[in-house]
Amino acid sequence: MKKDYNLSYSIVVIGGGSAGMASAIEAWDNGVKNILILEKESHLGGILLQCIHNGFGLHTFKEELTGPEYASRFEKEVLNRNIDYKLSSVVLKIEKYNDEFLVHYSNSQDGYVIVKAKAIISATGCSERTRGAIGIPGDRSSGVMTAGLAQKYLNIEGYMVGKRVFILGSGDIGLIMARRMVLEGAKVLGVAEMMPYSNGLNRNIVQCLNDYNIPLYLHHTVKETVGKTRLEKVIIQELDDKFNFVPGTEKEFEVDTLLLSIGLIPSNPLLENLGVAIHPRTKGPIVNQYLETSIKGIFACGNGLHVHDLVDFVSSEGKVVGLNASKYVKGELDKEDINNKINIMNGNGVGYVMPSFTNKDVDNTKVSFRVSKPYKNVILNIKQGDNVIKSIKKPYMLPAEMENVIIDSKLLSNLDNITLEVIDG
Amino acid sequence: MFDVIIVGAGVIGSSIARNLSKYKLSILVLEKENDVGDGASGANSAIIHSGYDPKPGTLKAEMNVKGNPLLYKACSELDVEALRIGSITLANNDEEIEVLKDLAKRSEENGVEYQLLDHDELLKIEPNITKQVKMGLLAPTAGIINPFELVVALMENAIDNGVELKLNQEVIDIKKNDDSFTVFTKDNNYQAKYIINASGVYSDKVSEMVNPKFFTVNPRRGEYFVLDHFDNNFIKHTLFNVPTSKGKGVLVSPTTHFNYLVGPSSDFINDKDSVATVKEILDEVKFNAKRLVDNVPYQYQIRVFSGVRAVSDNNDFIIEETSKRFINVAGIQSPGLASSQAIALKVEDIFIDSYQELFGEVGKNENFNPRRRPLIRLNKKTIEERRELIKKDPKLGRIICRCEQISEGEVLDVLNRSCPPHTIKGVKKRCRPGFGKCQGGFCEPLVMKILQDYYGLDKTEIDYGKKGTYITLCKTKNE
Repeated sequence: MKKDYNLSYSIVVIGGGSAGMASAIEAWDNGVKNILILEKESHLGGILLQCIHNGFGLHTFKEELTGPEYASRFEKEVLNRNIDYKLSSVVLKIEKYNDEFLVHYSNSQDGYVIVKAKAIISATGCSERTRGAIGIPGDRSSGVMTAGLAQKYLNIEGYMVGKRVFILGSGDIGLIMARRMVLEGAKVLGVAEMMPYSNGLNRNIVQCLNDYNIPLYLHHTVKETVGKTRLEKVIIQELDDKFNFVPGTEKEFEVDTLLLSIGLIPSNPLLENLGVAIHPRTKGPIVNQYLETSIKGIFACGNGLHVHDLVDFVSSEGKVVGLNASKYVKGELDKEDINNKINIMNGNGVGYVMPSFTNKDVDNTKVSFRVSKPYKNVILNIKQGDNVIKSIKKPYMLPAEMENVIIDSKLLSNLDNITLEVIDG
Repeated sequence: MFDVIIVGAGVIGSSIARNLSKYKLSILVLEKENDVGDGASGANSAIIHSGYDPKPGTLKAEMNVKGNPLLYKACSELDVEALRIGSITLANNDEEIEVLKDLAKRSEENGVEYQLLDHDELLKIEPNITKQVKMGLLAPTAGIINPFELVVALMENAIDNGVELKLNQEVIDIKKNDDSFTVFTKDNNYQAKYIINASGVYSDKVSEMVNPKFFTVNPRRGEYFVLDHFDNNFIKHTLFNVPTSKGKGVLVSPTTHFNYLVGPSSDFINDKDSVATVKEILDEVKFNAKRLVDNVPYQYQIRVFSGVRAVSDNNDFIIEETSKRFINVAGIQSPGLASSQAIALKVEDIFIDSYQELFGEVGKNENFNPRRRPLIRLNKKTIEERRELIKKDPKLGRIICRCEQISEGEVLDVLNRSCPPHTIKGVKKRCRPGFGKCQGGFCEPLVMKILQDYYGLDKTEIDYGKKGTYITLCKTKNE
């Protein structure tokens, strides 16, 4: 009989960025050597390679590295272990194959290849929300592009996208690009943020905007773009509490470029097509305490699971998933006992929680979450049912910063839902 | 001296060019933009209308009904995606039912197949439509089409059959000589015995270069939402509102690639070139779409766009030899796409009769081939076929567009055709990189590199679409 696949692996890692590399290294170190990393770009390291600013690695390496430096440390570890990887290889489809999976990928060297995998680690990263997704009104000028795309043209290709720049959205990439464009000689006229607070890390507001006298217009958005060919002008306007425009508050900026930093969305078409349940808030897969998706044997980590603000957290999440996937392959991962399943929910003031479930029998569950608006001097309560099982004082919490809490299973007395909520301190 | 100059390379100009390429004629097409099909032909509902709607007795009705089967035929000859999925016009209240019954009468007068369906029948075939629906008119001959592919394929086939196309040649004046015309563009002039004016929203201006003013083209803009792929069975037909006192209404329709379109609005504007979108107008589109589908999942929205229709002031198509050897094909608004092949046939008749009267018998082009080389379309191939293709051309293995899964080899294939793209948008129109959720965020630099290498250009010379829509301004160093 003809074989349905060309090669067989224990674990196939989709995506060779920081999450994928960390997970592969950890799985290898736990005794699973038969791993394949599939990377769509022509290099390992993912998006880090265009992030030439520093500030990476403070948690992982206790030093400040640039994106490419941080990536190369992981790349070395992958190479040292001789972990198989394929570059310029795009995964087209994942299929179930009894209890295992068939991963279809394509590249110019091997052609169309199907590999069998016992487990899959999805580390596919995220994509930027676009002009079309939010329907920015006005002319269809060129020069309106996502900040990450402009970053690629600038840092990888060595080309300036424009000379007079406005930025919509205060996400970190937008802030980083504001500084970067100024350093390359462009004039950045301002940043507009729809929310009444910034969506970027505070250090980026200070180091990328304040240090360069770039104004941040909070509670403003783009009302219109003008320019039949290249962008000539953007008009921004203030928003009221219901996000309607405040009449008479239009401000015009003559610019040739509008960079968008209006959100990142986990990129999961492969998992979606396979029927993996997607979290309505994070847009990543819904996962349990092992960061395993709704289909057994498929794990997720990094920005493809939920969007992170620090790469160090991406790597540590990748490590967790690498360990869990290797245990799964070896048959050591605790069989999930459906009778001991506990839901983890977001309560007052919490935007989302990840993972969505845990189990009474596991030791610790690390829960990542983001608050839905900025808070000062509040208390984060972890409740089970109506009982508060843990209370943490927080001088401040910001939507721009992902938070983590550890829930010790010894604190769990029953199977009631766990809820994270913010209350006044 | 050309036998004929066609002004405009939209769906009408390209269809006429292809039809006339069946004859031994020298044909030149002048297009002001840097690609074919960049006006109304590339920004519309992508519908093959059945012909139930136009007022019986109008040229529109005649061309639409004749054109519908002809367009399906052209699509199969030219390897253009078209699916005969049928349309349903929905009535939700008594006023709308009355209009629907009038439309049924029109269908009969126009000779268009139709069927009236009740609430239960409608929800059975389209479970996601509004539960308010009371009655629907199903027109099974209606369909959906890839309009970008259509115009390119028509022109490519015309060029393969001997037609000459010149891009970036805006006609600024036409001088009538004794037995010919001189057509002036910014940097050139061309002589021809005949002029065929297929210049869309500008057809009134082009006509007036030779003829007294007798019609006006009023640009009417339609704005749309595009949704990403999410469920190929969400809506299976093109759904229309019935036109009522409250307005013309909108449609919700799948596209040939199982995206969904919601729109259009319909507003007369002053500027013939303005393809802007307006928030308030798109909000109104959403409101009207609720009469068709209660919960359109706008969380899958990936794009908004608008197109400008060429509406003549008598609201009908104008197809005639207005003055000696000057043929106007004007006011071709919706259902222009569905009518295009019938219009081209009518123009062919008018032209050939007139030409033969003046210049004697026109010979047939013995090498005429109605087919074009099919596109590669890797996504529709079996795994074995793909492997064979990649063996011959490894670039077909390199996927450059992750969202739509398009390979480098497919981009190179469209570049190596007779009506090739020169811009990012031109590539997107022909083989879809950039049509997905990331809207080119990942693939645009790769497409740019392919264009650069193919044409030997610098990045700064690659436009997104229209001339002047550059993406990169300069190198960071040495400037």
